[in-house]
Amino acid sequence: MSDFAIELKGIDKRFGAVHANKNINLQVAKGTIHGIIGENGAGKSTLMSILYGFYQADSGEIFISGQKANIKDSKAAISAGIGMVHQHFMLVENFSVLENIMLGAEESAILTKGITKARAELKRLEEQYEMEVDPDAIIEELPVGVQQRVEILKAIYRKADILILDEPTGVLTPAEADHLFRILAQLKEQGKTVILITHKLREIMAITDEVSVMRRGEMVATRKTSETSVEELAELMVGRRVLLHVEKGEANPGEVKLSVRNLTVRDSRGVTMVDNVSFDVRAGEIVGIAGVAGNGQSELLEAIAGMRSATSGTVTLSGQPVDVTGPGDPAAMRRRGLAHVPEDRHHTGLVLKFEEAENAMLGYHGDRKFGQSFLLDVEAIRKDAMEKIEQYDIRPPNPRLKTANFSGGNQQKIVLAREMERNPDVLIIGQPTRGVDVGAIEFIHKRIIEMRDQGKAILLVSVELDEIRSLSDRIIVMFAGRIAGERNPDASEGELGLLMAGVEQKLEAAQ
Amino acid sequence: MDTNTIVVLLQSTIRVSVPLILTALAGLYAERSGVVDIGLEGKMLAAAFAGAATAAVTGSAITGIGAAMLVSVAFSLVHGYASISQRGDQIVSGTAINFIAAGATVILGQAWFAQGGRTPALSADARLSTYKLPGADAVRDVPVLGPIYSDLLSGHYLLTYFAFAMVPITWWVLYRTRFGLRLRAVGENPGAVDTAGISVVRMRYLAVICGGMLCGLAGAYLSMALANGFVKNMSAGRGFIALAALVFANWKPKNILITCLLFGFLDALSIYSQNADLPIMGSIPDQAIQALPYVLTVILLAGFIGKASPPKASGVPYVKER
Repeated sequence: MSDFAIELKGIDKRFGAVHANKNINLQVAKGTIHGIIGENGAGKSTLMSILYGFYQADSGEIFISGQKANIKDSKAAISAGIGMVHQHFMLVENFSVLENIMLGAEESAILTKGITKARAELKRLEEQYEMEVDPDAIIEELPVGVQQRVEILKAIYRKADILILDEPTGVLTPAEADHLFRILAQLKEQGKTVILITHKLREIMAITDEVSVMRRGEMVATRKTSETSVEELAELMVGRRVLLHVEKGEANPGEVKLSVRNLTVRDSRGVTMVDNVSFDVRAGEIVGIAGVAGNGQSELLEAIAGMRSATSGTVTLSGQPVDVTGPGDPAAMRRRGLAHVPEDRHHTGLVLKFEEAENAMLGYHGDRKFGQSFLLDVEAIRKDAMEKIEQYDIRPPNPRLKTANFSGGNQQKIVLAREMERNPDVLIIGQPTRGVDVGAIEFIHKRIIEMRDQGKAILLVSVELDEIRSLSDRIIVMFAGRIAGERNPDASEGELGLLMAGVEQKLEAAQ
Repeated sequence: MDTNTIVVLLQSTIRVSVPLILTALAGLYAERSGVVDIGLEGKMLAAAFAGAATAAVTGSAITGIGAAMLVSVAFSLVHGYASISQRGDQIVSGTAINFIAAGATVILGQAWFAQGGRTPALSADARLSTYKLPGADAVRDVPVLGPIYSDLLSGHYLLTYFAFAMVPITWWVLYRTRFGLRLRAVGENPGAVDTAGISVVRMRYLAVICGGMLCGLAGAYLSMALANGFVKNMSAGRGFIALAALVFANWKPKNILITCLLFGFLDALSIYSQNADLPIMGSIPDQAIQALPYVLTVILLAGFIGKASPPKASGVPYVKER
């Protein structure tokens, strides 16, 4: 018998060009709670989906309790004693709790017998693990915290010894999260092994025995929770990169161009993503928003850009108030001098199937320079695209090439060229260099500084701390939807890391 | 209207409801599993042809029914391959089946039998036979109850009784068996089924095969019971009416019975009103009555009568998300 409930050796997985998991090794001791931490997109969920048989690894081996396991589908994972609580619950919403628990574990072709047994077994499990659920309640009528309990019960009902929870607290209120942690502690006491995937450091410190850190598809470290600190984990998560040096002079901040007051954004589930955020961006300065991905930066950007409606708060653009609580109107925001480089160029920045020239004017197709009548002037569009291609050194210099065929860096340049060449008063940029090669990064950074020196107000959101530090004139750190603090760009990485981890906020609250 | 007229009208309601019930139930199995089946019409037509042609050649009704089901299931599998395995567009695939069936039945019919796309008239043995309920003749003269038992309930084809029996059976399968639980789940949230260790693909194939068999029976009923052989385009939109009935019935077996009887009654009424002026209504164009099922369904879908709640994953090919 092995002491490890799970042992992964050399797990490797690619999705097309994305290398989601790179040669992952992991050992999870029996009867412990093992945290896996990393930023969004670090490959945590992919790894766990491989373990649960949802995907197949391209290479690598999985050992369960020392036995080599071939987990070809979820069925194999279940019979190997693995249960998983997915980030998005895998429940049939119009089924009862009991029906969901039974699904796939019905025992016999006719349900009647199984139902009686399942009901009794469910009651026993509820008592054993102190999880109360009404077996006849319909899932969609239950609060998310209870739905999650059903997912856990579902796994235990299938006799899972190893329970994987993928970002379990994302949808929970703090009280529900605390309840969940009590349940997990209970499970551990009963000898189960728990794997907790999260990007929240607080949870890791609160409940895990060991923690592994993932970054960009790699497993970068494993620590005993008692022997590590939030600071160390934060640093491991974000990662030190070769500091890119950006030449820039002193900023000459002018008048306030973008003013955000008490902005609150809730998502469709009612979870507060941006919590009462206020700040100003002046002409001729770059304000950087730092934070671990998923702390409300994306929602903040989208609300300001008019892509998402805010719950409350005001935004003032060049002295004019903007209605951010109504249905968003990105086009109106653009007309009023705001340009937006969205975080995700593939989904919101570009239409990949379009020609380069079409993307280079996307959203500005109503301009008279692209056509006087209802017809588009294709020649003018291509000429305009060609000018941008030369200015931004976009390669290959072919405005008729399908955008999907450009590299990430060149795609990003297409978006930047489109937005920057509008000569906006306010420029908001999300993840300017995500998935961009080093050469293009330098170019993009230079262009952003140039825009600042031309007197534009620039709001920059990036999960790359180095990028924020080297570009920004002021740094705002977001944590859990709130502004955790504001610092000068010469603040140390450690200091910013603490803010990003929400540590100081907790200290302040304690005082 | 006297009792006799009512009995005649209801009798023909039952007669024309049968293919609707079978086809709507066929659609129910497919759609409850998440596969939209707009090809019901085509499958029914192809089955009607296969049944009549086989019965005409072999002289055996049972062989005819077998052939009808076989052909219909084959089409279902084509639809399944396109929409489940290849994750294609289910509407396109279903529509293609409708066109292929409409064309192929006529061409093959002409090539094999050279009767302008018809199949030869069936002999008595090759047709479906009717079944008299016990004591039907004895009680005929009892007022009111007599005709109801002897003429309305007795003397139908076995397939008719089967169709009506399939309604509670389907309900039982859906809500009381493991297969039904998984079927309903796979149409609502295939991800939940997949993570529970059940094959989504297998469940959906099983569902379309069930649908294919029922649709085959509906086709056989058309050409071997309702009519005496295959006639070009004899399904005449019944597949679409059945689809409308399925929506109108909110994908529930019990409602399907009621809706199909309602739609069947409208059909019977339109046949009846062709030869007789109706009291009060006078004569109304039968097209208006024929259009009623669709009108009612549209009104329902627009939310005027209750709320349609189709299976959530209906029409959505299952792809594991990243």
